[in-house]
Amino acid sequence: MRTTALRAALLAAGLPLLIAASPSPSPSPSPSVSGTAKPVTDAGTSFLTAIALGTGQGADVAASTGDYLYWAFGAAEGQTTTVDVTVTLPPSAERHGPQSWSVELFDGLRRRQSCTSGPQDATAETAAGTLALRCTLRQIRSWAEPWSGDPLPGTYYVRLTAGQVPQNDLGLAAQVKLRLTSKGGAGNAQPEGGELRAPLVPPVNAGSPAAAAAPTASATSTAPADRAVAPEEEETHWYSAPFQGRNTRWFWTVGGGILAALAGVLGYRLTRHPRGGAPRRGPANPGPGPGPNAAL
Amino acid sequence: MTTRRRLPARPLGLLAALAISAGAILHGIPAYADETTAGAAATEPPRVDLVLDVSGSMRATDIQGKSRMAVAQQSLTEVIDALPAETHFGIRTLGATYPGNDKTEGCKDTKQLYPVGKTDKTEAKTAVATLRPTGWTPIGLALRGAAQDLGTGSTTRRIVLITDGEDSCAPPDPCEVARELAALGTHLVVDTLGLAHDDKTRQQLLCIANATGGTFTDVQSQQQLTEKVKQLVNRAGTTNRVAPTKATGTEQCDTAPMLTPGVYSDREKFAEHRVYRVNVRPGQELRASVSISLDRALARDYGVLLKATDPRGQELVRGTDAGSGRTDVASTGVRWSSAGQASASPSSSTAKAEDMVCLVVSNSFAPAPGVGAEPGLPLELTLDVAAASPAPDGWSAGLGRGWVLLLVLTLAGLLTGLVFGWLARWRIAVWREN
Repeated sequence: MRTTALRAALLAAGLPLLIAASPSPSPSPSPSVSGTAKPVTDAGTSFLTAIALGTGQGADVAASTGDYLYWAFGAAEGQTTTVDVTVTLPPSAERHGPQSWSVELFDGLRRRQSCTSGPQDATAETAAGTLALRCTLRQIRSWAEPWSGDPLPGTYYVRLTAGQVPQNDLGLAAQVKLRLTSKGGAGNAQPEGGELRAPLVPPVNAGSPAAAAAPTASATSTAPADRAVAPEEEETHWYSAPFQGRNTRWFWTVGGGILAALAGVLGYRLTRHPRGGAPRRGPANPGPGPGPNAAL
Repeated sequence: MTTRRRLPARPLGLLAALAISAGAILHGIPAYADETTAGAAATEPPRVDLVLDVSGSMRATDIQGKSRMAVAQQSLTEVIDALPAETHFGIRTLGATYPGNDKTEGCKDTKQLYPVGKTDKTEAKTAVATLRPTGWTPIGLALRGAAQDLGTGSTTRRIVLITDGEDSCAPPDPCEVARELAALGTHLVVDTLGLAHDDKTRQQLLCIANATGGTFTDVQSQQQLTEKVKQLVNRAGTTNRVAPTKATGTEQCDTAPMLTPGVYSDREKFAEHRVYRVNVRPGQELRASVSISLDRALARDYGVLLKATDPRGQELVRGTDAGSGRTDVASTGVRWSSAGQASASPSSSTAKAEDMVCLVVSNSFAPAPGVGAEPGLPLELTLDVAAASPAPDGWSAGLGRGWVLLLVLTLAGLLTGLVFGWLARWRIAVWREN
């Protein structure tokens, strides 16, 4: 009797592995390093006119030294985006001194965002031909207090500038290549369970001053076309919400259910045979009745 | 024996019922409907006016052995060939007609060569080909003329200035003219291209470009000129939809203009405060950002502050940014949502005084020596009101929560029970046979 129970328990214990493996919860969104999209060949000249970059899309722009170049991209929660910039400087013969360039990142509210790795700015000596810059944004959080400056899902702006240039080198032709890579997905966004109701995507439509007395009935969100580039919406289905979390949780939860069931069965068996060895006498009555009845 | 057949069917039915109810629960999660991206189409076509210097100095042959004029003409021909269909393109010349030495006459010499509008490419190219380097360089006047050519409208328009020399006709100083045009709030951007490489020309063209948020390019080759002008013409197409509404902030909160979500432009002088008001109801979140452009030579260090206060002047939140060195814009932003969630009854649709938030924009810029304070620095304010996001619940001590969890636990327990029960049944059956 004891051995059969043990064997059954062992069999059942093997089950969670099977169950955990079978539903194959969809993995967290794969890092979008595709870079298949054609690079854009232009850059904006202000936050408002920033050129939107898609996921994995780059830029290859003919610029003039001293231009302020703006691009915008959307970042979703849990992502960590890296911006790589390579500047091909004007020919050394035309330059009069060292140039320093810098890449800066701003969030949808045009707040400066820190880079967690760089170099964010670099100086090229007169003889140098190219300059490489890089900025890795902090991981996008799923929620942050309004008073904090943490990176949130929404629009991000890249600004590339030549910070210190000899005055007579301004305007010389330079070629700028930019590459965006992002990794991570919603599954590991912090804080857990946090949600930003509306992503930090600024409106780009012209505003309309309201009369002082009139209520801002039109203060609702504007049409999507009047907004800066938003993080790409992942395709959602009715089942996708529970599956986007961390996969190990399925294992733990299902395992918990099985343990609870086993414990239940164990408890039931303990109370069913208070004197032990009862079912020896004959074929068991399949109903739940006999235990208490026998006790009576 | 019939009971043995039927019994397994019961748990199966239960299972199915559970699965169906699970589906029903989860179906409550809204599916994102396809948003129609209709509307907001640019009603106005992009407008570009090209201002070409045809002064006598354009005869100089210093670009790859060709004269500046020839290079400009050939480039323009290519640009006109590649014009996007929707772009309204025009050409204005300066110094094209008066060859004499009288400065007052020569400095009035600017005329519209080709009006801004739908371009007949052949006609435009012919017009460009007839140009011969002639007279003076009245850049300031030509810019004013170009602004008139482009007319008024609600979208951004571009002037592309190709010149080889500094203005020989000031006053009006072209840089002052550029600043004056920018201050009109007519969304003009002047991009400059220099064909000569002397410092004075560069200074002047940089100044014009900076004053209007345009770019400056030092042209070294014909190909570069062609590509750059093409890029600028295309840029006019991508940026023409974007133009902020003009707003005028005041010094005090109670007289400040009431604004709704959108983008606004204003001007702020050194050490001036500009205040705007916006209505934020409980349960809503205010999002505001401000950018102040550095459109002239300024002292090295600078800062910008955006402060949100309640109508009584109590500070709610502030955003700052500071920096030093060469930059085009200093910007910062704030988010704020009322702490008292939904305490106010949502039925009261009228704006209440308590829901008012004042946004105070101030700066710590200082002019470089000899730089004028008028007009103020361009200021751009972006406002948005979105749904407030409540704080997520904190640490869970390893415990779970929610209907999904209960459902998964129940299903796992049920399955285990079924498997265990069947196993036990099977063992009993095996026993009996032995």
